[in-house]
Amino acid sequence: MRAELIADVVAEFKAYGRIVIVGASLAGLRAAETLRDEGFTGPLTIIGDEKQEPYDRPPLSKQVLKGLARADHTLLPRMRKVDADWRLGVAATGLDRRVKQVRLADGEQVPFDRLLIATGTRSRPWFNPQEAALEGVFTLRTADDAGRLRAALAAGPGRVLIVGAGFIGSEMASVCRELGLAVTVAERAEGPLVGALGGVIGDIAAEMQRDHGVDLRTGVSVEALEGDAQGHVRRARLSDGTTLDVDVVVASLGSIRNTEWLEGAGLASGRWGVACDAGCRVFDINGVVTDSIFVAGDIARAPHVLYDYQFLVQEHWDNADVGGRVAAHNMVSLEPQRRPHLPLPAFWSGQFGVNIKGVGVGPFADEIVITQGSVTDRRFAAAYGRNGRIVAAVTFNHGKWLEYYGALIERSAPFPPPPPGYDHPDGMQPMPARFPTPGAPTGWPDVVLTGHDPTERGAEYEYRTKKR
Amino acid sequence: MRPEIAWAEAMKFENRHDPYRFFDELRKTPVARVADDIYVVTGYWELLALAHDPRVSSDISRSPLQAKRAAAQEPPPEAEHLTAYGRQPSMIMSDPPYHDRARRQAMRQFGPPHSPDLIPSMEPGIERLCNELLGKAAGKTRIDIVDEYGYRVPVTVICKILGVPLEDEKAFHAWIFDFMAGLDLGPEAATEEGKVRAAKGRESTAALTEYLRGLIDGYVRKPGEGLLSRLVNDDGPDGPMAPPEAAANALLLLIAGHDSTVNTISHCVLTLLRNPGSVELLRRRPGLIPRAIEEVLRLQSAVQFFPSRSATADIEVGGTVIPEGSAIFLMYGAANRDPGRFPDPGRFDPERRANEHFGWGSGIHTCFGGPLARLEVNVALEVFLQRVENPRLVVDPPPYRRNQIFRGPQHLFIDYDRIREHS
Repeated sequence: MRAELIADVVAEFKAYGRIVIVGASLAGLRAAETLRDEGFTGPLTIIGDEKQEPYDRPPLSKQVLKGLARADHTLLPRMRKVDADWRLGVAATGLDRRVKQVRLADGEQVPFDRLLIATGTRSRPWFNPQEAALEGVFTLRTADDAGRLRAALAAGPGRVLIVGAGFIGSEMASVCRELGLAVTVAERAEGPLVGALGGVIGDIAAEMQRDHGVDLRTGVSVEALEGDAQGHVRRARLSDGTTLDVDVVVASLGSIRNTEWLEGAGLASGRWGVACDAGCRVFDINGVVTDSIFVAGDIARAPHVLYDYQFLVQEHWDNADVGGRVAAHNMVSLEPQRRPHLPLPAFWSGQFGVNIKGVGVGPFADEIVITQGSVTDRRFAAAYGRNGRIVAAVTFNHGKWLEYYGALIERSAPFPPPPPGYDHPDGMQPMPARFPTPGAPTGWPDVVLTGHDPTERGAEYEYRTKKR
Repeated sequence: MRPEIAWAEAMKFENRHDPYRFFDELRKTPVARVADDIYVVTGYWELLALAHDPRVSSDISRSPLQAKRAAAQEPPPEAEHLTAYGRQPSMIMSDPPYHDRARRQAMRQFGPPHSPDLIPSMEPGIERLCNELLGKAAGKTRIDIVDEYGYRVPVTVICKILGVPLEDEKAFHAWIFDFMAGLDLGPEAATEEGKVRAAKGRESTAALTEYLRGLIDGYVRKPGEGLLSRLVNDDGPDGPMAPPEAAANALLLLIAGHDSTVNTISHCVLTLLRNPGSVELLRRRPGLIPRAIEEVLRLQSAVQFFPSRSATADIEVGGTVIPEGSAIFLMYGAANRDPGRFPDPGRFDPERRANEHFGWGSGIHTCFGGPLARLEVNVALEVFLQRVENPRLVVDPPPYRRNQIFRGPQHLFIDYDRIREHS
């Protein structure tokens, strides 16, 4: 095609193309802003299942629970005005790729030329629905969740039980202690934060919790919750046979990816996310890249050059922020102008007076070394390694050093890194990082290959074996 | 041009108004050896890496510049002065864990979370002072932006914050002037005049240190207002700071706390007047002022470099191996014009995107007073733009002061039609 014709195609799409963004949180908002920034003036529809305008989630488990900010006061700052048709409070329930339409919960069909999937995750509910319905049982993902949980904590309950000691669970435990509440944390693994940071750091996190008066129980699960006559939770039974009197229970069991609405659409989506290339273009079920469907944020699962091109999801704030922008750019650009989304994974947490920051993918590693500072003073840096290469780093109250480790990870520099010139920690020997072994392979969704004729072969979901 | 020649030219007094031509020469070797044991870093990426590398020490006692002083019969003046500046280690010349503790102690008294209101509370006073100073210029048509405007604002603010009596300003202003003039890393330091300046600088630094020690001892005996008093009487988790250490940090905060702000205010005015249309642009869109200030800091970094760093191991960077024990000068002002990071780097563009310059340094020693300086410069520039009608440069380039590190005009004369009424 001649250059002018190509330019005409782009200009025409930017003027008249129809874009739909499903998901109105950080990734969706930044994508919408970027589309308008890049001169897209066609119709833009943003669909979100929550009624609130796009808001920021990190403060929900910290400042909001503590009472420093109201749950409805964490709206995301807008980078610019976005002229769009906002459909807030109505969920997308289906995608029909043949006619290029998104189906909404109210029955409406919204047509698109390009689609961005940014539906993110929801919190994993308590496994027993009757127990989950008890008053005083919470999960935390949305502003509404945070408002309800804040009210329950402000009422000065007896003991709070937090089930799950990941980042969110640990942050909530920290807030409870700051509020002077008695809190028990029950964690199935050997310590807090073990899934993300491994057992060595988990031991340190466990000490932090106990130093601050958290009743931390590790290696146990909560088997049942019991309510009183009024339907309010009062008691929890643990797998070690003990029981606890509790007034508030928060299930902090990780997240579930919001991909059910894509069932039957023929995309490479499922409970592990929505697979895409590094340019945010979604793969169909056969692993062939689509050209009109993009994904960003918590559910985007893309190959990462630093990690053996493994497909990774990154449930991190920066990933949604930058991923939304890159996806939007690529939605209105032709091949030569497209950009890859290759962030170095980065995350942070605040708990028990310690600022925790990390870069890279810890669970990819098998070794760890404390590189700087002092573990006992809770100010240190640690590097993670695999096969003699540095793949991740974490800092406790030492965040200004992360830039250095990030640069080492980006170059796949040797592990362990060279010793610093000062502030040496006691013992700088690499040791096993103690990540839990990956669980059983997922049973759902199962994909089978069908077709006998080589030109007709293709994949389909095997719904027969779908669990639950 | 060989790196050592370019370096000497960049440090020469006659080139103070524009060292950047020589920085461009130096950057052909982004990490260049300019003396036996001195490496200067002028590339953006190389500087970024070294500013964050824990094998680079800021502890002046590990620097060969200090070692030279101990060994030489006649000490090189830069060594002498650095040591005078850092005889008791201030935080900028020390490493963790000492540095971290000192910075925590000082920050408790200066910023959030423990002192969140201190800096914002200064704003009305800064604005009042700026307006008073311009009020004095009404009825005239010429002002020296350095002496009659830029200097008065930060010196008043830093005195109030630290608890240094403003009445003593005449004395310490002169001492600081001598200290600055005496700290010379260029070829003129070896001349007779240079040695005289160095000697005078030493005397004045001693007098200033003595003065601050006296002030702090007074606060130990009888607590008073301000950061210094709170620092030596603190009951926080790290306890009070020992008086000699507090004096070293007081010297740092007093000098860095106003001198670099003066230079930035002057350079803001200079840059706007050198670029036709930019005064009008910022008047039309005052929301651009903060970004314009950052752009000026990129182009005219108030601290051009800081000479205390050294390598604690052989460090390979930018194709050069810096041997263990070498001094490392991170040239912020040079890296800020690296075309490999900033397109069209010499151009003043208040709307420049992703302007992550080194005007505030980088890494754990990032400017302690940055938030205060930003406020001061913003208010000073905003008031200037509101009230000074048709400002014009009288001399360009203006005369510069001698110091290479804290680089700025000695005077900056501006002609104008009139000063508008304070609205």
